[in-house]
Amino acid sequence: MDFGFCLSPSSHVKMDSVDQTTFNRLKETNPDINTCIACGSCTATCTAGNFTEMSFRRILLMLQRGKEEEAKKMIQRCMLCGKCTLVCPRGINIRKILLDITR
Amino acid sequence: MNAYIFHPFVLPFVLGMAFVLTYCVVGLIRTISQLPKADRRKFWRSLVTPKTAWANIRDLFGDCLFHVKIWKRNPVLGYMHSAIAFGWFMIIVIGHVMLFTLKPLEGVDVEGLARTFTNFYYPIFYKHFAAETPVFAFLMDFFLLMIISGILIAVVKKIHSKIVGVKRVTKFGLADTMVRLALWTIFPFRLIAEKSNIMAFWWLYSIDLMVFMCMLPFTRYMHIPTEALFILMRHAGLQAREPRKGYALAQLYSCPSCGLCIDACPMSVNDKMSGNTSAYFMQKLRKRDSEEAKRIAETCLMCGKCVAICPVSVESCDIKWSQRAATPYYINSDHSYLEDRHFDRPQGAENSPSVLYFAGCMTQLTPKIMRAMKQIMESAGEVYEFLDKDGGICCGRPMLLSGKAAEAEAMIKKNTELIKQSGATKLVLSCPICYKVFKDEYHLEGIEILHHTQYIDQLIKEGRLKVKKGDVNYVYHDPCELGRAFGVYDEPREVLESLGNLLKAKSEKELSICCGGSLGSFNLTQQQRDEITVNSVNDLMFNHPDEIVTACPLCLKTFARKSPVAVEDIAEVVSKQL
Repeated sequence: MDFGFCLSPSSHVKMDSVDQTTFNRLKETNPDINTCIACGSCTATCTAGNFTEMSFRRILLMLQRGKEEEAKKMIQRCMLCGKCTLVCPRGINIRKILLDITR
Repeated sequence: MNAYIFHPFVLPFVLGMAFVLTYCVVGLIRTISQLPKADRRKFWRSLVTPKTAWANIRDLFGDCLFHVKIWKRNPVLGYMHSAIAFGWFMIIVIGHVMLFTLKPLEGVDVEGLARTFTNFYYPIFYKHFAAETPVFAFLMDFFLLMIISGILIAVVKKIHSKIVGVKRVTKFGLADTMVRLALWTIFPFRLIAEKSNIMAFWWLYSIDLMVFMCMLPFTRYMHIPTEALFILMRHAGLQAREPRKGYALAQLYSCPSCGLCIDACPMSVNDKMSGNTSAYFMQKLRKRDSEEAKRIAETCLMCGKCVAICPVSVESCDIKWSQRAATPYYINSDHSYLEDRHFDRPQGAENSPSVLYFAGCMTQLTPKIMRAMKQIMESAGEVYEFLDKDGGICCGRPMLLSGKAAEAEAMIKKNTELIKQSGATKLVLSCPICYKVFKDEYHLEGIEILHHTQYIDQLIKEGRLKVKKGDVNYVYHDPCELGRAFGVYDEPREVLESLGNLLKAKSEKELSICCGGSLGSFNLTQQQRDEITVNSVNDLMFNHPDEIVTACPLCLKTFARKSPVAVEDIAEVVSKQL
């Protein structure tokens, strides 16, 4: 029956059951991830983000929540242009992290 | 007793020579067979094409024999290398020439002279068996002393390299150090043996030669025979495709690890980072240390300075690129979302623009360059349009630089389509990174591709743009991808000279130092990049200019962080003085 409204599915994430292996591996090779303040500068300037949903900030969030497949799917859009790295106020080497996720 | 020209001390030499010759022949066949079929055909054809054949002869003499490029780079090192290599070559040649004028000593069988087999070692040890005429005696002694003078410089360089103008020298492993010791002692031993005829020194001389030749294939001295093959392959126009095969292999073995690239590399601001230079990359790759080679390949800024100054012209950036391409990525890029993009002609515009302006990703981050270009084009009365007013598609160069050529193709294809849709005949770019890929990879027949420095220079020369001359002292920084890659050195300088006073930087043109921001590097951290930037800025500030001018949005952004004076793009400077 259509009421014209519905309940949105729960976005609850159980952190205990999340698989963070990729994120932890990334943290080891790229400790600068820890300094991210999630300001979204990377997302705002992203060339691919202009056409798609591509957002590095969300990729990090996905990895933290163990959604590796979703993150990788998003990286497929990346053109590696490097604008994100250039605007990052924390000097995080984002292009390297993107490449490392795919290896 | 001496039945004919022989003594057991020649045996070590004969053994060494036989080994090195066999190794070289096998290596030659292997390297050529590793070339892809098309490349191999190209290679054979180049040997008989008059133009490349002439270039081959010129470079074989100029590079292998006279070492012209080292002389140009550093005359002291030029003399050092020539004294040893050319001196040795002359001793071998003269030795063979005088073979037939020698008067055998008493007890040496004259008949033996005719034996061709003995010719193999006879000129190397002749003094033990025969006496030469005075002219030859002088020549042989002259070149021997010349070699020893070269070795003396090499020893000084080893002890204190700064005396010969080298800041950092390559660090070697055990094999290289041993062979170097053998090389340094060969000629002093020969001199003593010839002058005193003491048997022990003849033996030492021969054993030294054996050590040198038997270990040659496993050390940097392999560059001596390989460089000849490399020159032939380079002129055939081959391209390194795999990091350790075919053409790349010939280059690996041609690298003499001389270390000139270490001082030249922008990364050599401290000892730790100087380990990322091409000399070490080639060394690691040769030793099959693929982890290190991979790391260095991905750390390199790809500025191309090492290639520009290399005395052997080793194309190390291409090999690094092939190393990057060989690293697997467990992801399939998907750029299908680009497919429905098309060129929107602004409303009201009926005709095709004569100039299509592509700002590029980096210029999108420095909108002042875009504004300046707009002002310049309007002032010149140009009919222009933007290709990427509201954010365009990346040119594909960063993707290519990461080694993913197939993925870059999607962007190249789409951009080509958009440019052709616009109907423009001139494409003006503000970013040298884009300029390189547009020039190299795009097929835009009938469309003139210009960087804005060239475009502005054209406008001024055609009289369409009038500029006022000020009295500001400028210094110009050559962006890597505009200068070294395409030799655009004069246009920006001419433009700046019409705007103010142009001062010189300490390192200019093909020696220009990368700003440190290059997209070529994946591994450098921000702190490491900053160190490179500071060094590059200091080099530009050599003559105390009032302002640094560059022609690359990425250089502009990078320098602005560390420069004590204002940094501007050339378009901005022009737009202010219209």
